[in-house]
Amino acid sequence: MNINTTKIISLLFFIFSAFYLYSAYQIRVFSFDENTPFNAKTFPIYLGYAGLFFSGLKIILPELNTIKVDHKNLEYKKTAILVLIAIIYGATILKVGYFLTTSLFLASSYYALGERRWLWIFLLSFPFVAAFMYLLHGVLDIYLRDPFLKFLGVMG
Amino acid sequence: MIEGILIGLKTALTFQNIFMVMIGCFFGTIIGMLPGLGPMTAIALMIPITYGFDPATGLILMAGVYYGAVFGGSTSSILLNAPGVPGTVATSFDGYPMAQQGKAGKALAIAAWSSFAGGTLASIYLLFLAPSLSKVSLSFRSPDYFALMILGLTAIAAFSSKGQFIKAMMMVVLGLMLASVGQDSLSDITRFTFNNMNLTDGISFVLVVMATFAMSEALTIILKRNDPTEVAKKVSLTELGSIKINKEERTKMLKTIPRSSIIGFLIGVLPGAGATIASFLSYGMERNFVSDEEKKKFGKGSVHGLAAPETANNAACSGAFVPLLTLGIPGSGTTAVMLGALLGFGIQPGPRLYITNPEIFWSVIMSMYIGMVILLILNLPLIPYIARILAVPKNYLIPLILFFSITGIYVMSFNNFDIYLMIGIAVVATFMRLYDFPMPPLILAFVLGGLMEENLRRSLLISNGSWEFLWERTLTACILATTILIVLWHIYKTIVKK
Repeated sequence: MNINTTKIISLLFFIFSAFYLYSAYQIRVFSFDENTPFNAKTFPIYLGYAGLFFSGLKIILPELNTIKVDHKNLEYKKTAILVLIAIIYGATILKVGYFLTTSLFLASSYYALGERRWLWIFLLSFPFVAAFMYLLHGVLDIYLRDPFLKFLGVMG
Repeated sequence: MIEGILIGLKTALTFQNIFMVMIGCFFGTIIGMLPGLGPMTAIALMIPITYGFDPATGLILMAGVYYGAVFGGSTSSILLNAPGVPGTVATSFDGYPMAQQGKAGKALAIAAWSSFAGGTLASIYLLFLAPSLSKVSLSFRSPDYFALMILGLTAIAAFSSKGQFIKAMMMVVLGLMLASVGQDSLSDITRFTFNNMNLTDGISFVLVVMATFAMSEALTIILKRNDPTEVAKKVSLTELGSIKINKEERTKMLKTIPRSSIIGFLIGVLPGAGATIASFLSYGMERNFVSDEEKKKFGKGSVHGLAAPETANNAACSGAFVPLLTLGIPGSGTTAVMLGALLGFGIQPGPRLYITNPEIFWSVIMSMYIGMVILLILNLPLIPYIARILAVPKNYLIPLILFFSITGIYVMSFNNFDIYLMIGIAVVATFMRLYDFPMPPLILAFVLGGLMEENLRRSLLISNGSWEFLWERTLTACILATTILIVLWHIYKTIVKK
């Protein structure tokens, strides 16, 4: 059997399904529900077995069209930086507020992807976010939490 | 029905709703033109905005985006041989050669008119078929619904996976597993939350759609060093040529459009099939319908060859609404996203939608037609300019997609956990995309998960735990037999290919 990344993903899915199945059996149902034809754990148990079945098939059966990914040509660095910026954005958005964090997120993402024209970076971050906030908050009446703007007295 | 049409027209023809169709078509065209970003991404990005409107307006906006994206995909197929969406691959077979002969404007016009005619005819079919099917589907019982969902999931796995059926079925199971997180709908018992309060209400549908489509597509573009905006940079404003269609070409289109619209609509109605299969099938069938002389022109800029897939893919888009509106079961990934959005509005599509919310049912049908008119009037002359807007570098495009995705989740939950979860799912989805694990089956399964469990619960309780309900009713047995046929056909195809 030829081991490739698809098989490894399938093996991980098999392990995940086994864990899911184990967790499904651990679901505590009401005592009067225990012997009914269907309770809160019935469907998850079937799903767990289905996961084991399909991932098991994928592991066992020979691969007809092997997917070859050229890892040398993949841009891991920029992708990882973008993901990291998004995580920082997620971590700060509630505490700092929508306007500042979103503007900084956009500006740093543009920069991380190679943009060096500061005027465009600025225009497509701070004024853009302000206009978007006006659209959401002012026009569509969608609430946006922003402690920073509240502190400045810009937003109620 | 006349009363319904009038209700629909009254709702669809308000200033706000016409404006929404215009915005939807315009935005959808832009996203659809970008290779790699399809209608599902466009609709996903729109969901948080739709929650600011009433359900009819929200759905009208999403339907506009859907049509716009399919039309946008045709444009990049014709101008650059780079289909924006899989449903427009067949368009490039004759559209691109036509553009190379200096007749890009004409090719765009043929595509636009064919899309318009296909969509219009399909809206008429939908108009007559949907109410009748709604009445028929009132006789459906839980076992039938359960079997239908199995059929839908199997079909989408078989058709969307390009020979990777098992991978697609794994994604189906993963989607159902994700849907099972949170409180059980009947007993309120929490499942798979691991004592995390943020998971008690389950994983948000918008979160999963944003993560698996918008965000992961954006990350994939960066990871693979693709630049979808390259397409737009190559479009010349001056070299498109005339958009006038002569009498001979019109005659050819008049022959092709009716038959392709029927093929497209019927394929669209089938669960899992959709615009891609419809366009390929109608292209192939059109080749058999025309004379030998015309047959030779296929692949070299044939009017029939361009009009057929364009008519069929738009007709299939309308057809895909039939199972959604009448049974409450989406037949494709895109309509699954719409179902999720409707459930978010507190509306359950299905046979009773036609009775309980006629304004939604009819206004969506009417807005499809209005969307077609808008695509024709606005988008056709504006295509070269829209293409120039797309020349926004990817350095800006990708952060903006990420921004819309994260904002969408933020305004819905004001919760850091959801943002982390979305990023986590997006990273896993990006990695799985590299190895051709399809995402539409996951979305369809995620949306149907709750309904499927509910119908299985009812069926098993009624039959006292016996699985005989699967073959007790003729209808249930027929649906399951179709499912088995699809699986067998797929296995046969795989063996033949081997």
